[in-house]
Amino acid sequence: MPDTLRIKVNGKTRDIAGDGERSLLQVLREDLNLTGTKYGCGEASCGACTVLIDGEPTRSCVTPVGAVGGRAVTTIEGLAQGDKLHPVQEAFLEADALQCGYCTSGMILSVVGLLRKNPDPDEAAIAARLQGNVCRCGTYPRIVKAVQSAARAGRRAQK
Amino acid sequence: MSRQHLVDGDRIEAERYELEAAPAYRFAPSRREVFRMLGAGLLVLAVSGGAENAAEAQESGGGGGRRRGRNDAAPRDIGAWLHIGEDGTVTAHTGKTEVGQNVRTSLSQAVADELRVKVNSVRMVMADTDLVPYDAGTFGSRSTPAMAPQIRRAASAAREMLIDLAAATWGVDRAVCVAENGAIRRNDGSGTAPLAYPRLLQGKTLSRTIEDDAPRTPAAASSVPKVDGRAYVTGEHRYTSDLRRDGMLYGRVLRAPAYGAKLKSADLAPAQSLQGVVTVRDGDLVGVAAPTTRAADTALAAIKAEWETSAQQPSERDLFTRLRGAGSRGESLTGGAADERLKGTYTVAYIAHVPLEPRAAVAEWSGDRLTVWTGTQRPFGVRDELATAFGIPAARVRVIVPDTGSGYGGKHTGEAAVEAARLAKAAGKPVKLVWTREEEFAWAYFRPAGVIDVAAALGNDGTLAEWEFHNYNSGGSGLRSPYEIASRKEEFHRADSPLRQGSYRGLAATANHFARECHMDDLARAAGADPLAFRLKHLKDERLRAVLLAAAERFGWEKRRKAPGRGFGLAAGLEKGGYVANCAEVAVDAGTGQVIVRRVVAAFECGAVVNPVHLHNQVEGGTVMGLGGALFEAIHFEDGRLVNGRFSRYRVPRFRDMPAIETVLVDRRDLPSAGAGETPIVAIAPAIGNALLDATGVRLRALPLVSEGRMPAPV
Repeated sequence: MPDTLRIKVNGKTRDIAGDGERSLLQVLREDLNLTGTKYGCGEASCGACTVLIDGEPTRSCVTPVGAVGGRAVTTIEGLAQGDKLHPVQEAFLEADALQCGYCTSGMILSVVGLLRKNPDPDEAAIAARLQGNVCRCGTYPRIVKAVQSAARAGRRAQK
Repeated sequence: MSRQHLVDGDRIEAERYELEAAPAYRFAPSRREVFRMLGAGLLVLAVSGGAENAAEAQESGGGGGRRRGRNDAAPRDIGAWLHIGEDGTVTAHTGKTEVGQNVRTSLSQAVADELRVKVNSVRMVMADTDLVPYDAGTFGSRSTPAMAPQIRRAASAAREMLIDLAAATWGVDRAVCVAENGAIRRNDGSGTAPLAYPRLLQGKTLSRTIEDDAPRTPAAASSVPKVDGRAYVTGEHRYTSDLRRDGMLYGRVLRAPAYGAKLKSADLAPAQSLQGVVTVRDGDLVGVAAPTTRAADTALAAIKAEWETSAQQPSERDLFTRLRGAGSRGESLTGGAADERLKGTYTVAYIAHVPLEPRAAVAEWSGDRLTVWTGTQRPFGVRDELATAFGIPAARVRVIVPDTGSGYGGKHTGEAAVEAARLAKAAGKPVKLVWTREEEFAWAYFRPAGVIDVAAALGNDGTLAEWEFHNYNSGGSGLRSPYEIASRKEEFHRADSPLRQGSYRGLAATANHFARECHMDDLARAAGADPLAFRLKHLKDERLRAVLLAAAERFGWEKRRKAPGRGFGLAAGLEKGGYVANCAEVAVDAGTGQVIVRRVVAAFECGAVVNPVHLHNQVEGGTVMGLGGALFEAIHFEDGRLVNGRFSRYRVPRFRDMPAIETVLVDRRDLPSAGAGETPIVAIAPAIGNALLDATGVRLRALPLVSEGRMPAPV
């Protein structure tokens, strides 16, 4: 039978039973009950399953859990600091940048990854980096506003 | 059912898959039952309004389906109820479902507004068949015009009862009592401390049934944020697919390789021998349940199945011929050399809803009682599906709908619920079944494809004199032209659809508006008139004129500048009590023919605005979704198989497809609020089609317009 794998999720070390070929998405949802990460397509085409691995937005549905190694996985549940929401989460609420909310976790984590690389993205840069995240409710214009307002908040915090 | 089906423009088209008779009986809960459930306090039961009953009868199959009318002796249906507990907790119960349209928020707003309490102190109990009164479903843009007024009436009646209670307690005239901040206050200068609702209600069980369905003054528009928005941005909200129960297994169902394929044999033994795996074969259903999704996938793959596919499988190539059928009414349009009418044949493809959360269900049996959590727009319909499937009374089935990862008309049915329940029955444990994306594409249902034949003639003065319009298969919604025409004939013809089809945001109004509004532009050209002026010349409907003018003004229609490769178009329409006009600007690359939609203005009016921010979001969302169907969405199929039934092959709108979108809300405080989830989608395709004609001189009459992202090469 398979060995135990050790991964680091939201700052905690977790031991995972089972084979390393299982997707990180299934392990997060089924073994760790971290269901904020969503299944949408299973082929890295919709972005609903996005998590951060060492800060980089990654599609967990096509990432074998065995390939994660010692890198830090951040899911939507690990983004807020206690009761204090992450600025991107705040920005999504303020801009009303969600309807059904199913894409929101993946969208927010993709935005966190985007702003880490580019703290002041213009609309074209936002669209380019978020092209892989689908909001079927069509909330795109509001998401762009949320990204820009989170970016402003981030730059203010830097000063 | 006759093949020809004319639809009255004022009525709602029968939603596909609602074509069953309404239930013969609906037992309203007794007051005692509700009090037992919710505890003592104040209860107001709201009877469905007349308008809702009429619309519902229409949607659930129309004439004759309902056994009871307004004049019958039997009690009318309870549509919603509101309860204020002894501790002041306010709960309102409704069968509506939250699928991203933010109806949980707008209904909470209605309660809070009438009861003079904070929005976050209201709890909406929605779509749990054991806890809410019967509701036909969340479709047809009925929640805002029909459910919100009932909830408002219930809440205002509760407020008045509290005022009576306070007046009696104090022994004063009720005229000096005012509801405010969750308490009744005296405004007679007595200095008496206000009485909070819980103080007034202690130990009491008060109830009232409200039948008055007089329209109420709409609430002041207010941009209340999504009531539980925080749970979504933190990942805490549990959709159906996120639920877990003790001992729960994960299910998978074996699917046919093609539509119409028959299962010849299935060897379940290899799957059965796997640890922890339960297998089921019951009629056509073959499935497995296992401790993890991965184990379920492995077990499913281990099943050796043989299928028999029939020779005659549907393919896309003869779709439109097939839909138009043998006895085409279009003969009158195509025949006769003397016929000098302006003619056009328009087609629309099947498209998929692609709700980001696929169908999902968690089923749990307790003896002969069944509870299923599932994302559906019709909880009571799915309850009945389950009862029928398992031969048990509906009263033993409870369907609970967690706020769902969207629907767009695509989640009216209960396939996943029935499958999960069957697997759970075999396993003796709760089972969760989440459809894969490929299953959602192939085994849900599509927006109907359709063919529309139009022929129209102008009089000598350039006025539209004659209009003939035949829709095959799409549906009757939005069939009737809003324009003033001397002679008209508009018909919807049912057809034998090769693929399973059903409801979709806006129903056939998108197809009918596409054909009509493209043809109106062609007629304007023939008359040598400006498209806006030509429409206004034929429009008496003030509300439609108003949105057209509002869109044109914001867009700068009169000031638009013709440039090579640039085009401008507009289109308008009305549906389900809402009025929409779109203006669009496109750019077409002279070399590659690549099409870019640069700018869209949407003007929308649906009576009094309830929540401006959420209304903006609905209008923008409808516009964006409409862009997909207008430009590139289409289901392709060959020999009974989908060619592009997966996310990576079916193109939906993404960030880079976004034009600059401007929304103009026309707020009519003097009119009751209509729904907004559907109508904003209907005019975007013809606005773009007309802009492409303006840019290139080429009229495209098929949806999607530019499936490859560029103008088709000239033939």
